[in-house]
Amino acid sequence: MIALTVQYFAILREQRGLTEEKLTTSAATPTALYDELRARHGFTLPADRVRAAVNDEFVAATAALRDGDRLVFIPPVAGG
Amino acid sequence: MSFRLASTPIDPAALQRALADARAGACVTFEGWVRNRNEGQPVLSLEYEAYAPLAEKEGARILAEAQDKFTLLGAACVHRTGHLQLGELAVWVGVTAEHRGAAFDACRYIIDEAKARLPIWKKEHYASGAAAWINCATRGDFAQVPR
Repeated sequence: MIALTVQYFAILREQRGLTEEKLTTSAATPTALYDELRARHGFTLPADRVRAAVNDEFVAATAALRDGDRLVFIPPVAGG
Repeated sequence: MSFRLASTPIDPAALQRALADARAGACVTFEGWVRNRNEGQPVLSLEYEAYAPLAEKEGARILAEAQDKFTLLGAACVHRTGHLQLGELAVWVGVTAEHRGAAFDACRYIIDEAKARLPIWKKEHYASGAAAWINCATRGDFAQVPR
């Protein structure tokens, strides 16, 4: 198990009801963690439409998560 | 070269003045405005939310790429966050170059990349009273479809 901080924005923030939480998980990758959280909290976006950032940089969906990482799930962007 | 987020109204004249450069034969600027319709629905207002640390890094990267590709003298981009009304300035891009070709091309590149890559999200508020996060609708998710 590893301890992470997860930060939520936009639609995920609304659906989770939080901007940030600390959690422990056995998920090894952002996709695995998203699947776990989606099942628990009923997020509407499927995993393949959500990107991940760890410690303020974009990472692959299959990147290895490490204890102490700060993770942000990034819904489809719509700036500009 | 600078990218920043702004939580208060953008002053385009001030931003353009900041790019003044005697070496530049061309300055091209872009203003993104809040429009009154989207996909046939009348929009009342919208909100932008940003993941600031990554938006700032990615915005800086985009400007550096533009500088590299198009031989610019200067480039700047400002993107709003917060609640915006119709006609408000949502995003501003300005570039300077010796000649206009590079300036036109770079300005387009910057706004196109910014829209595709920056971790910024838009929530539109419709005349019907509904609201929706753009690009986030899912099948069967009728509550989020504006009517």
